[in-house]
Amino acid sequence: MKELLKLCLLLPAVALLTSCGGDGNPNKATQGAFNTNDAAAAVYVAPGEYDEYYEFFSGGFSGQVSVVGLPSGRLFRRIPVFSVDPEKGYGFDEESKAMLNTTHGFIPWDDAHHPKLSQTNGEIDGRWLFINGNNTPRIARIDLTTFETAEIIEIPNSAGNHSSPYLTMNTEYVVAGTRFSIPIPQKDVPIETYKENFQGMLSFISVAPEDGDMDIAFQILVPGFDYDLASSGKGPSHGWTFFTTYNTEKGRTMKEATASQNDKDFIAAINWKKAEEYIAAGNFEEWDSEYTNNIVDEGSHIASSETKHKVKVLNSSNCPGMIYFLPTPKSPHGVDVNPTGEYIVGCGKLSADLTVHSFSKMMAAIEAESYETIIDGIPVLKYEEVVTGVVKSGGLGPLHTEFDGDGNAYTSFFISSEVVKWNVGTWEVIDRVPSYYSIGHLSIPGGGSMKPSRKYLISMNKITKDRYLPTGPELAHSAQLYDITGDKMRLLLDFPTDGEPHYAQGCLAELIKPNSKKFYKLDENTHPYAVMSEEDVRVERDGKNVHVYMSSIRSHFAPDNIEGVKVGDRVYWHVTNLEQDWDTPHGFAMMGARNAETLIMPGLTKTLVWEPKVEGVFPFYCTDFCSALHQEMQGYVRVSAAGSDVPLKWSLGED
Amino acid sequence: MKKNILLLLIVGICFGCSENGSTEDPTAAVEAPETELLPGQEAIVDPDSDPNILQIALGSKDHTTLVAAVKAAEQTTALANNGPLTVFAPTNAAFAALPEGTVDNLLLPENKMTLISIIQMHAAPGSYSLAQLKDGQSLFVASGHNVKVEVREDGTYVHGAKILGTVNAANGIVHVVDKVFTP
Repeated sequence: MKELLKLCLLLPAVALLTSCGGDGNPNKATQGAFNTNDAAAAVYVAPGEYDEYYEFFSGGFSGQVSVVGLPSGRLFRRIPVFSVDPEKGYGFDEESKAMLNTTHGFIPWDDAHHPKLSQTNGEIDGRWLFINGNNTPRIARIDLTTFETAEIIEIPNSAGNHSSPYLTMNTEYVVAGTRFSIPIPQKDVPIETYKENFQGMLSFISVAPEDGDMDIAFQILVPGFDYDLASSGKGPSHGWTFFTTYNTEKGRTMKEATASQNDKDFIAAINWKKAEEYIAAGNFEEWDSEYTNNIVDEGSHIASSETKHKVKVLNSSNCPGMIYFLPTPKSPHGVDVNPTGEYIVGCGKLSADLTVHSFSKMMAAIEAESYETIIDGIPVLKYEEVVTGVVKSGGLGPLHTEFDGDGNAYTSFFISSEVVKWNVGTWEVIDRVPSYYSIGHLSIPGGGSMKPSRKYLISMNKITKDRYLPTGPELAHSAQLYDITGDKMRLLLDFPTDGEPHYAQGCLAELIKPNSKKFYKLDENTHPYAVMSEEDVRVERDGKNVHVYMSSIRSHFAPDNIEGVKVGDRVYWHVTNLEQDWDTPHGFAMMGARNAETLIMPGLTKTLVWEPKVEGVFPFYCTDFCSALHQEMQGYVRVSAAGSDVPLKWSLGED
Repeated sequence: MKKNILLLLIVGICFGCSENGSTEDPTAAVEAPETELLPGQEAIVDPDSDPNILQIALGSKDHTTLVAAVKAAEQTTALANNGPLTVFAPTNAAFAALPEGTVDNLLLPENKMTLISIIQMHAAPGSYSLAQLKDGQSLFVASGHNVKVEVREDGTYVHGAKILGTVNAANGIVHVVDKVFTP
């Protein structure tokens, strides 16, 4: 926070500098395009027309993912992932609660960072979206046929899961790294023993090709640095994953100063194919490490949690050939491998310049065993033997780089608040355009894959003073859409985002749209409390538990009059939506329920628990305006005294 | 155009599946006339979802007159939207039994409001299954009229028209009737 404040203080100075025109910014003249009909036409998607791209934004501290269309910037859906969502009942209804279980218990929130779309042969395949939870280390998998979170896996022996999920080019693995080193395994030690007791861990989580099921394949124990971001190799560099590090000083307090001492930190290059060999050869330790894996059952749509107990750990110090350090200046933040797989771009966030390493030079240096030094058994390659280019940007605070597939790269500069376009190969700056303000991540649809599209670029900006109507102390973060089809970037659109996006990834809508599910088939619903028709509805008592087997269809619940519930009962409302039609969810809300509503998609069963505390007659109703008689979609439940002999009965349409 | 033909074929099949106690066979698919393209959500090709009232009517060879009237009155959206509606669907024979020239006259542009009113007279807000239609019941219909239900020995009559069959729709219920309702 302090760091951010300091950067904010710097901003006016930067603005002053740039507004003098002294930097010769060639884009000044075209900024006016923002207000022209030309720009408006470029983003106008006529009523009833579809956007060309899906773009998935992380919500950052909202813990969720938002689905936006490009070029319009229209928000289509907010997918609950790591945070509860009372709107949909996510984390509140009995079916979804287990999604948020961890070894720390039920956690209703996380900080969602980097959405990454699954790939096949280095191209986005439109099957799943992965995103990391930064706070209590987890990775979620979202099914892109349903746009729902299908699985969450906890990462053991980790903390600050920031360098994640950055999947490999066939989605063999999603990865996770400790931004915050900790005692591994955890133990009670003085914090001042950081240098002796703290370590990092890089985790490789396998993804089953048929159903996406995640499992911790192996973990790699590494020195106690801060592993910040990652990028997996492709083409020639397939088989390698690169992690940036900072705090190679191993500072534990006042890190803004202590972690900025070294002129260079490292990019850690992991040869995961070599790691697989060590695992296959049995050259690992099996640790007792608990972690939770939550998964939604396809038939019942009920999430269940499994606690797993073992992980395979490789120690980087005794696995030669598995890990190398590439010296990289000034606390590098982003690392991005270009679409050909040859260049590894590191952004030293305290620097003005970018460092470009060459994969082939790296391999030659490894072959020659040309090391500068060895740290904890890990060879440090010589900077001048791996670096192939330096981009002299003229900006300040580079963070992330994306590529357009035509040999251009685009880097975000937080402090100087701009996007700089440069040539991959000559390392020359081609163009620069301001962002409003303090850009963090940037995104080109298809970014991170071998086939990015050269049409739009999105900047995600932290500061929006003077951009929108003010809303008190907290302002919306923004996204800005740029046209990148020409030599010059051109700002087209500026729209607020949900939460704080830390990266977004998109793809052509055609990769996802044809597979989007319309409803769930009722005859495939295996929920134990489902009803297949109104003939099946009933109420059953089991001690103090009352199970209501209920159905909903336009425009009534069955049953809708229930008696015989008593104070002290625990009532399970199992509501099956009998509709078999697209876009026909029903909601269910019960007066006095201390959880939320639940939204029930057609063909599914959802369960809301209600514990009545007082006698009376209480209404329940449908919350999703389903039909012309939605207001009539309502019923009553009578609650009698704890010892009363009112018999259990239920009905629909009785005179 | 191809899309529409495909839609009709698919609906024809679905209709056959969901038919419920019908005494007729209104399931045969027909080709949509070349000129008639449907607007908005009516044009969605969705072979998976249960068919809506409009799709059921479009798929029935015995309801081509009704479909033509619904289109001329621009009432397709109401029949495809989320409802719920109970539609009393007169057969082609029912329309043919009207005095000669009645239908042609109603289809004239200057009589559009009358046509709309007559079509709306055949739609009651809500889903009324056959069992829910009780003898003596007065049903409010979309034109603003009330129509009377009679349960006779040989079946259920609404506004004097006999229910020949019933089809459940995703957005309501279609009761096929043998007479056109007139005020």
